[in-house]
Amino acid sequence: MHRDDFPLLKKDIIYFDNGATTLKPQAVINKIKDYYENYSSNIHRGDYDISYKAELEYENARELVKEFIGAKRKEEIIWTSGTTDSINLVVNGFFAKNLEKGDEIVITKSEHASNVMPWFRVAMATGAVIKYIPLDENNFVTLDNLKKIVTPRTKVISIADITNVIGDIRPVKEICEYAHENDIFVVVDGAQSVGHMKCDVQKTDVDFYAFSAHKMLGPTGVGVLYGKYELLKDLEPVNLGGGMNESFISPEEMVLKEIPTRFEAGTPNIAGVIGFGESIKYINSIGIDIIHKREKELRDYLIDKLVQIPHIDILNIESDSGIVSFNVEGIFAEDVAYYLNKYNICVRAGNHCAKLTKDIFGFANSIRVSLYFYNTESEIDTLVDLLKDKDKIMKEML
Amino acid sequence: MNSEVKREIILEHFQNPMNKEEVQDDNYVLINSSNPNCIDNINLYILFDNNCIKDIKFMGEACAISTASTSIMIKNLIGKSLVDAKEYINNFYNMCDEEEYKEDLLNEGLAFSEIYKQSNRKNCALLPYKAILKAIDEYEKK
Repeated sequence: MHRDDFPLLKKDIIYFDNGATTLKPQAVINKIKDYYENYSSNIHRGDYDISYKAELEYENARELVKEFIGAKRKEEIIWTSGTTDSINLVVNGFFAKNLEKGDEIVITKSEHASNVMPWFRVAMATGAVIKYIPLDENNFVTLDNLKKIVTPRTKVISIADITNVIGDIRPVKEICEYAHENDIFVVVDGAQSVGHMKCDVQKTDVDFYAFSAHKMLGPTGVGVLYGKYELLKDLEPVNLGGGMNESFISPEEMVLKEIPTRFEAGTPNIAGVIGFGESIKYINSIGIDIIHKREKELRDYLIDKLVQIPHIDILNIESDSGIVSFNVEGIFAEDVAYYLNKYNICVRAGNHCAKLTKDIFGFANSIRVSLYFYNTESEIDTLVDLLKDKDKIMKEML
Repeated sequence: MNSEVKREIILEHFQNPMNKEEVQDDNYVLINSSNPNCIDNINLYILFDNNCIKDIKFMGEACAISTASTSIMIKNLIGKSLVDAKEYINNFYNMCDEEEYKEDLLNEGLAFSEIYKQSNRKNCALLPYKAILKAIDEYEKK
């Protein structure tokens, strides 16, 4: 589907590492090139034409994101450098001052490092306690299991929409409903979901939402923190400096700009933001529901083939996203990845930054195939053929 | 040593690594080694005695190259004086760095003589060597 739009797909590779980053369509590359060639300039300086144009494009991208995730106001979209930056901003700028000793932070053991470590540190600093939602037999999150650990001291639940190893789609809407009935904030890591399925922040009612451009066809180094406007009033900027202040005279007299500008100190990644806007236009031109459906088809196709190979253990057979994690019996994950690389197949091997999954599976490492709409059944056939023959893997992995 | 023999040595040590066991003895020095760009992660347990390496064991999760390299290194180092051990280690490094080295010192370590051709896997072969050098250095400082 739409393979001709992606220059890298013309280079004889099979790209199955979309969970790490996605490929970029020509339209996004051109948009970034256009900025650098034709109106490369700083924003917030409408004194001359090309700067005015840069500002317009930059803010237009914000509007595109707002529409894409169904936010109420454009001001609720804060540019960051990526999901990690977004989560760190909300943890350090909002929760660090709102958590007290004994308050509970609820996460899961299948979260990515960026949705674990900032919470660990804020827990150390405030005396708050980390609690984990018990996972069900498929390692999924259920509302019932969440209810088992929530107490009157629970202040925040922070989970991924889709996790990057198990790939389960979490019931975020139901979790938010329950959480809000109990005065609990919900932070959602959307890194693996926003470009893959319809995410609507008003429908789910999440309080904060973090995601990255590069995992949805956009450039690296750009991300978003969405927050409900009322909550953003209480978010403290983590970075202070140019562009975010109205005035500063003394430590007592610093006046910040409005939301969201006050959170975007320094010259931002202008080219990246503008390129991100184009990636959203591109996704819209295909349709997010069509992308989601295609990914599911490809996943089912891959799973059907993998389950027939006796030496393959799939970690997440029941998940609905394009993430498929598995191991080849008796062979270290990284050796399988090296072997596949000899056939120009890109997969990820390792713990995928989700090191707490070791407590779930008893081991941390796996091979991960993460699909996107431009993958094909024929690419999957090539992969499966190479995985079928264990002797061949053993022979060629070194 | 032809490449088929090398492959067999590596596979044999990967599938049946020697001295792979946990140690619960305070006389052993524990040292961890991991590669920043991959997921290899091993613990070496080393028993020094009178400027000699009396014993080494290892545990961890690592690829075929790392596991085999660790198994072979341990086999070659147990019983060596620190002087001889360092000579062996330097020779192994030289081989991996495409510099001159003494083949006869390395025996099964020669299975990695072409590892320099795969720069991303050179670090896998060197993983246990980095750890043992650090441990020797710390031992000698005491």
